[in-house]
Amino acid sequence: MIVAVSRLVVRAAALLSAACLCLAAHATELTVSAAASLTNAFRDLAPRFEAAHPGTKVHLNFAASGALLQQIAKGAPVDVFASADQVTMDQAQQQNLIKAAARRDFAVNALVLVVPIRSAKVPQAVADLTRPAYARIAIGLPASVPVGRYTQGVLQAAGLWAAVGPKMIGAHNVRQALDYVARGEVDAGFVYATDALLMPDKVRVALTVPTATPILYPVAPVAASANADLAQKFVDFLGAPPARAVLTKYGFGQP
Amino acid sequence: MDGAWVPLALTLKVAGWATFFNLFLGVGIGYAIARWRFPGRDLVDAALTLPMVMPPTVLGYYLLVLIGSQGPVGAWLLQHFGIRLIFTWQAAVIAATVVSFPLVFKAARAAFETVDPQLEDAARLLGLSEWALFFRVSLPLAWRGILAGLLLSFARALGEFGATLMVAGSIPGKTQTLSIAVYEAVQAGQDDTANFLVAVTSITCIAVLLSAGRLVPGRVVSRA
Repeated sequence: MIVAVSRLVVRAAALLSAACLCLAAHATELTVSAAASLTNAFRDLAPRFEAAHPGTKVHLNFAASGALLQQIAKGAPVDVFASADQVTMDQAQQQNLIKAAARRDFAVNALVLVVPIRSAKVPQAVADLTRPAYARIAIGLPASVPVGRYTQGVLQAAGLWAAVGPKMIGAHNVRQALDYVARGEVDAGFVYATDALLMPDKVRVALTVPTATPILYPVAPVAASANADLAQKFVDFLGAPPARAVLTKYGFGQP
Repeated sequence: MDGAWVPLALTLKVAGWATFFNLFLGVGIGYAIARWRFPGRDLVDAALTLPMVMPPTVLGYYLLVLIGSQGPVGAWLLQHFGIRLIFTWQAAVIAATVVSFPLVFKAARAAFETVDPQLEDAARLLGLSEWALFFRVSLPLAWRGILAGLLLSFARALGEFGATLMVAGSIPGKTQTLSIAVYEAVQAGQDDTANFLVAVTSITCIAVLLSAGRLVPGRVVSRA
């Protein structure tokens, strides 16, 4: 207890002094807004980028891609935007929020249907979700969460949306959907394969669901970035072998 | 823009029920703490006030762990009654009740403590039972302070967001209250919807505060 408290105090002091130092030393700061599904991979990547570019500090901002887009559209000081789908990045491009010429795809993911690990029932096909046994299904909110958009697309194409839609428990990002399943508060949920990998002791992958459009992650420097050079370097860094290896480690495929 | 009336009606329903429960919980416990002297009274008072100062996300997490289907209360309800609380409007009521409880409790305790003990003693001498004393002397004298607390707690429940989102989710027509609908509209870039919802919310809050000022002249304004 005492050790924990003293550790906390030391951390708080370190944070405070870091805040002061930043004001004094003007270390170059890079703010990266990334899709929630990239959380673990980007937390791993950020220190590697900092090590390769001494004097830089990477700030990571995670949320649903749609929410990140709105932040950028409203003038949030973001340097790099990594989205979980092309639709959101297209919207950013149409609003001239990103540098379109530098946009590139850097990761591939897959949609999976997961159930709580202790669940007795495991769906054999997406159509099984219409059964009464599946009363609550976690799906990202299609208006702002890419995984929800992919899911809605799959269910609509299969003619299941009318039956499954009313069972939807909307999640504000993919990790919230994963959490709902892990806690057993829903009977099933749609997440990415990389998310399911994070909680093998809590969720079981019932199915990998093929999507009409491939799940391709684009990244681009933000047009209004104050550190255009560094933002471009981060985009390039994501495409280089060391970063690719990290992304592979977290289950992402190569475009 | 009919869409705003559904979350508005739901918000009023949730806040109404939360205030209703707090009327009994806040007044009852406020009276007990005001009247009984027992060791650790300050600690109990602090614990009961905690929801007012703790981040709603912390409360939401506590509630999720408690009433979630794997939590002690949630598992029991599921096993014996087949009730799943999470993602229901009843869960939103629980969250709003917990968050706004201290406003009623604090106001009620303070109001009961300002009641002149001599009046209560006189009533006892005249042969009133403790129940009759509470309903015919203490409560009527403390009523205005309690009402002020109830109105503030209603206003607080109207705006509850964090804990509600964590235990009730955001299901349109079921658990999507005004504040959550605003959050969702902004995230999705639906500024027209957001503007309308924000206007509805602001008008509702102003209406509540104005009627609070009417009902309890001089009290709510000075407290707020």
